[in-house]
Amino acid sequence: MLASLALLLGSCSGRGDGRTVVKFWAMGFEGEMVARLIPEFERRNPDIRVQVQQLPITSAHEKLLTAFAGDSLPDVCAIGNTWVSEFALLDALEPLDRRIAATPGLRAQDYFAGAWDTGVIDGRAYAVPWYVETRLPYYRSDLLERAGIARPPQTWDEWKTAMAAIKREVGPDRYAVLFPLNEPEPLLNLGIQADEPLLRDGGRYGNFRSPGFKRALAFYREAFAQQWAPLASNTQIANVWNEFGRGYFSFYVNGPWNIAEFKRRLPADLQDKWMTMPLPGEHGPGASVAGGASFVLFRGSPRQDAAWKLIAYLSEPATQMRFHGLTGNLPPRRESWNAPALVGDPYARAFRDQLERARPAPKVPEWERIAMEIKLVGEQLANGRLTVDQAAAELDRRADRILEKRRWMLDQADQRAAKSASPAAAAGEGG
Amino acid sequence: MKPSTAGWVFAAPALGVIGLFFGLPVLAALALSLTDFDIYSLAHIENLRFVAFDNYLGLLRNPLFWKALGNTLYFVAVGVPLSIAVSLGAALLLNSKLGVFKPFFRTAFFAPVVTTVVAVAVIWRYLLHTRYGLINWGLSGLGIDPVDWLGDPRWAMPSIIVFAVWKNFGYNMIIFLAGLQAIPEDLYEAARIDGASATRQFRHITLPILGPVLLMVSILTLAGYFQLFAEPYVMTQGGPLQSTVSVLYLMYEEGFKWWNLGNASAVAFLLFVLMTASTSALMWLARRKGVE
Repeated sequence: MLASLALLLGSCSGRGDGRTVVKFWAMGFEGEMVARLIPEFERRNPDIRVQVQQLPITSAHEKLLTAFAGDSLPDVCAIGNTWVSEFALLDALEPLDRRIAATPGLRAQDYFAGAWDTGVIDGRAYAVPWYVETRLPYYRSDLLERAGIARPPQTWDEWKTAMAAIKREVGPDRYAVLFPLNEPEPLLNLGIQADEPLLRDGGRYGNFRSPGFKRALAFYREAFAQQWAPLASNTQIANVWNEFGRGYFSFYVNGPWNIAEFKRRLPADLQDKWMTMPLPGEHGPGASVAGGASFVLFRGSPRQDAAWKLIAYLSEPATQMRFHGLTGNLPPRRESWNAPALVGDPYARAFRDQLERARPAPKVPEWERIAMEIKLVGEQLANGRLTVDQAAAELDRRADRILEKRRWMLDQADQRAAKSASPAAAAGEGG
Repeated sequence: MKPSTAGWVFAAPALGVIGLFFGLPVLAALALSLTDFDIYSLAHIENLRFVAFDNYLGLLRNPLFWKALGNTLYFVAVGVPLSIAVSLGAALLLNSKLGVFKPFFRTAFFAPVVTTVVAVAVIWRYLLHTRYGLINWGLSGLGIDPVDWLGDPRWAMPSIIVFAVWKNFGYNMIIFLAGLQAIPEDLYEAARIDGASATRQFRHITLPILGPVLLMVSILTLAGYFQLFAEPYVMTQGGPLQSTVSVLYLMYEEGFKWWNLGNASAVAFLLFVLMTASTSALMWLARRKGVE
């Protein structure tokens, strides 16, 4: 018994002998699926073994922070794009410019600019996009047609006309669009189309009183005031796919993962009656937020070379296409989009178009929190409790309060820089 | 060895453990609440500032804190009496000689207490659904328009209260039942011979003897209801319009969602002060009435 146990233990540790073990954390469904791409990598790199650990997406952020505090981060991880600035600030990430330059297959120019930019903090690249997502409207082509709308709207004015026509057609119990009140994304995607940035002075203050953002607030408010959109959150709509199928709403602004869901969940007779379209902007198709996940190398890892090989392998267009086949996630490289599976997918076409205009969210660690305030103030705006001007002022007030610590730190860094009279020393601070 | 020394020696291990795992963390949290410990401080310790009572003052100036406090007090003020009334009623029914299938009902009433909140919340969300829910379906039979239970800021908290009371009343019911069963039957017999009605028997025999149990149940329920968290977390996420954000929910968001541990500790201590004050008030009231 003891002998067999010893043999078992021996064989376990023996597998690692001579091979470098790379620890890779990935989140949710992607983490489950990426394991299928690993055998090919290990075949090509016989001296490396990859240990994939899957994190539940809801607790991934807390787990990563805890691992950082406890000094037990893995070698490589795929994290949400909006977290890159936070971990860069924690000094947990390894800058990747040198490695990117030394890897021939990996060209930054091939990536969608907005997606690539999410990983660049203060001019240095800390992350390589793995998959991208952005939000745009799914719509019911049959209902649009019945309301007399010939082609999907491209500007806000056209969209308003379309929504008013649909509302007239479907009556008081059904709606033209669903902007779930428990998500910041619909309002945020309208707001990021503004020419002015969402935060000003290097992320020291909110900039929600800019004319562009106010116009987005006004558009959002009008959609609820005209009853084009129901005052509802996702939790109240028990099943968005069923409701979409029933025509409860005709436009639904959401991400690419819903392509597969709608294909699977809508009944057969509705399958040719829905489509995706680029998000309308003020003057023609507009911008939206570049989301998704990116690979990062952790600074404390002693196995960065092997881990980088894994990133390079997973970033190859062929691997990205295999991953797209497994998950439906959209690849961040234009070259991958030339593959027949994506060229032939009519639902992906609008995303391809939209991704060229996707922009990163402001790169401050407080962003997630500010986005929550956008959700909360947006909800009050939708309920008619605030006017557009009040909502803009309120958002600025809340953002400024959240950013107080950041302002203090940036000022400290400026003072230190002034004292030592070496501007280079302060450049790395902030983020 | 003096008797008092011996006492300390016996108590020392327990006191040591309590001090290490309870006293020390509380002191650390108190210290934390005087700083602005956050994600930046996690990165570089020089980003930690001592802010004295700024966290507390900031909270008192934060409308959301007052809103959360108001919501919690609303929940406590309506939920605690309702919960006690329902559990006492259920205990009286189970204790009455007229009741049938008592073991079955006892188990059925207790079942929600031991079921996880998340599981029953899923069921309740369906019951409360605006368009497909059983409750609105029943109301429509009476000619009442559908109510948006969880989506209307006026109805969300009442819905949460009903859900919480339903979930928790079985626990108090068992305690009441034990108290009721300890009342000697001959007291009722004597009262009946004197011609006392059922209500008078309840007022002059059941309630006074149940007094200490009632006080204990009130304190337990009060303390529990002040810590409202799981129900809004799974049912509404604090919405709509933050009408179901409770103080503890605020603390969770500050601490674990945004990693503002200094602020979250301050919320915890304010809640502690509030709970101590209200339980002391309850004890004082009970003592004046002679119940203890």
